[in-house]
Amino acid sequence: MLKIENLQASINDKSILKGLNLEVKAGEVHAIMGPNGAGKSTLANIIAGKEEYEVTNGTIELNGEDIRELAPEERAHNGVFLSFQYPVEIPGVSVTNFIKTAINETRKAKGLEDMPAKDMLKMIREKSELLEIDRKFLSRSLNEGFSGGEKKRNEIFQMAMLEPKLAILDETDSGLDIDALRIVANGVNKLKSKDNAVIVITHYQRLLDYIVPDFVHVLHNGKIVKSGDASLALELEAKGYDWIKQELV
Amino acid sequence: MSKYTEDDLREELKTKEYEYGFYTDIESETFAKGLNEDVVRAISKKKNEPQWMTDWRIEAFRVWEQMEEPEWANVHYEKPKFQDIAYYSAPKEKPKLNSLDEVDPELLDTFKRLGISLDEQKKLANVAVDIVMDSVSVATTFKKTLGEKGIIFMPISEAIQEHPELVKKYLGTVVPTKDNFYAALNSAVFSDGSFCYIPKGVRCPMELSTYFRINEGGTGQFERTLVVADKGSYVSYLEGCTAPSRDENQLHAAVVELVAMDDAEIKYSTVQNWYPGNAEGKGGVYNFVTKRGICENNAKISWTQVETGSAVTWKYPSCILKGNNSVGEFYSIAVTNNHQQADTGTKMIHLGKNTKSTIISKGISAGHSQNSYRGLVQINSRAENARNFSQCDSLLMGNACGAHTFPYIEVKNKSAQIEHEATTSKIGEDQLFYCNQRGIDTEKAIALIVNGFSKEVLNKLPMEFAVEAQKLLEISLEGSVG
Ligand SMILES: Nc1ncnc2c1ncn2[C@@H]1O[C@H](COP(=O)(O)OP(=O)(O)OP(=O)(O)O)[C@@H](O)[C@H]1O
Ligand SMILES: [Mg+2]
Repeated sequence: MLKIENLQASINDKSILKGLNLEVKAGEVHAIMGPNGAGKSTLANIIAGKEEYEVTNGTIELNGEDIRELAPEERAHNGVFLSFQYPVEIPGVSVTNFIKTAINETRKAKGLEDMPAKDMLKMIREKSELLEIDRKFLSRSLNEGFSGGEKKRNEIFQMAMLEPKLAILDETDSGLDIDALRIVANGVNKLKSKDNAVIVITHYQRLLDYIVPDFVHVLHNGKIVKSGDASLALELEAKGYDWIKQELV
Repeated sequence: MSKYTEDDLREELKTKEYEYGFYTDIESETFAKGLNEDVVRAISKKKNEPQWMTDWRIEAFRVWEQMEEPEWANVHYEKPKFQDIAYYSAPKEKPKLNSLDEVDPELLDTFKRLGISLDEQKKLANVAVDIVMDSVSVATTFKKTLGEKGIIFMPISEAIQEHPELVKKYLGTVVPTKDNFYAALNSAVFSDGSFCYIPKGVRCPMELSTYFRINEGGTGQFERTLVVADKGSYVSYLEGCTAPSRDENQLHAAVVELVAMDDAEIKYSTVQNWYPGNAEGKGGVYNFVTKRGICENNAKISWTQVETGSAVTWKYPSCILKGNNSVGEFYSIAVTNNHQQADTGTKMIHLGKNTKSTIISKGISAGHSQNSYRGLVQINSRAENARNFSQCDSLLMGNACGAHTFPYIEVKNKSAQIEHEATTSKIGEDQLFYCNQRGIDTEKAIALIVNGFSKEVLNKLPMEFAVEAQKLLEISLEGSVG
């Protein structure tokens, strides 16, 4: 599904990713961990196509196609979804209106008609129930005045509505209370299939108890410096990152 | 009143066509350029006006002659040369086209995107239309319903002939001839406009817009509108059209007067889309409008406006809250792009006790445009317990445009409560990327964000118009980022 080779990227001439390799296949769950400032969000943004970053070297392939030149919306149309670490507010635009627009724009890009209102409503009802979201919440302005946890849950609601091929969850767990974490993780698990893939960026093992990864990677200083199975996350939780940093020297 | 049938209407429409022919004939008679008392007299004579009307115009002209064109608006433009304008020219007949195929494709494209019906597209583009049964019966029903309720709605020139007592009683009572430079000019030379009277206790059963849009072709250079809502009546009046109006007349100076008597309510909505000029700002319309309403006891006037057009706009719909417990509202969205300049706002003059006013102004600036809000809230000494809430929000797109807010507050009564809020925000890269990431391209994302920003005002528009206005905002800002 996703194949990244020797990715090097910078922002304002500051080099952040320094030769990163990652391959994610359909049906897999990958966790990316690593210290603050390691470049995790940068990686997520670059996959999603944020233009401020300059890719200086390397390739990013989605289903065998080089996506480096694609606009962010085109990548989204191809099934890339990013649950943001810091979702932005859009005053006056309701959650419902926003997601409706997102779905219909994606359909338009594929040459499809707008989704009939009836189907849209049904889908909204199903997905909001799955994530235990109060319907009233959906008429509020997108992320405006949402609590940290509400923002994250709303990101996963959008993911559920858009049914992406490749979902990247950037610290979706931070800000969620214990119950919300379970609900959100549960939602993600329900959406998982052999045809899609998930990349989970997190600092905590806790989320990985629910969303069990096939692979765990440690991103440090712009590179993936260690990969392993789910047990690596436990080891990191116990020992921190120092031992890895030392291994590198 | 005899029954008005579809046949009558068809007849009437036929005569209208004849009228065009007639006008074309006298077109050669168009007055020489320039303005003096004789020209004013001649305009009045051409329109067969009664003496009082002629005198009124002459008085206005004499006032205008003594006045100076205002300088204080935050706009810069080359002043119109008032002696270089022909003040009486009958409506020029635009070339009649045989089918939509002959219309400028760009214009058609805009119509389509605005969702304007085919019939209406033809009408707006001046394509000859066979009388379509559908719209005929609609118009007939309108006329009938209005007639049954005693509602008068007609061109003001007709009203001067048919209801002189009403026109004479109210014309110039809200916007006196000497009010300002443009109002004086309009009073002297106004060509046409609309007159509307809602009798006591009558609730006008329809938006007067729909009727208006079917029946009125274009709008004149010096339009005059007078709406009188008698005690306890209600009317919602819609002016303008979302379709882009190109006009060879550079200067437009309209006057709108609203009279809301005790317990009456007038809702006046405007969507204005005059030609703003090309991307360099050349050739656009200068729009200098005086709009004002007066509220008696317990009366309410709401102005709602969506302004996207004109090269230069100077416009302050105002309310005089004369009666006790009267309410004035102003909801506005002003969009400026490229080199447009807008200086708009409102004046709320509180005279009566317990009067209340609300001002919600949303300014959106893009390109190299300048968008100013200028508002006056005046609480007079006898206005006990007056309240005002003002909110002025500006949204900037890019770094080359400007937003300015000039709130003037004059309070002469200590019991007044006044709140003013102002915000300025910018469409952020992060907002756009967020939308893009969800599959929404930048153009659409801007539309979404702008609509969200304008929502409180769009919600005040009648449903149908709101949808059109929303699309209009989208189109006005096209290509403004990126
Ligand atoms: N616009 C920018 N200008 C300069 N430096 C930037 C910019 N954006 C990111 N960086 C830097 O790039 C580095 C990587 O940031 P990134 O957000 O990817 O880290 P992260 O691994 O997601 O960290 P965290 O765990 O704290 O979320 C940091 O040092 C950050 O300061
Ligand atoms: Mg991060």
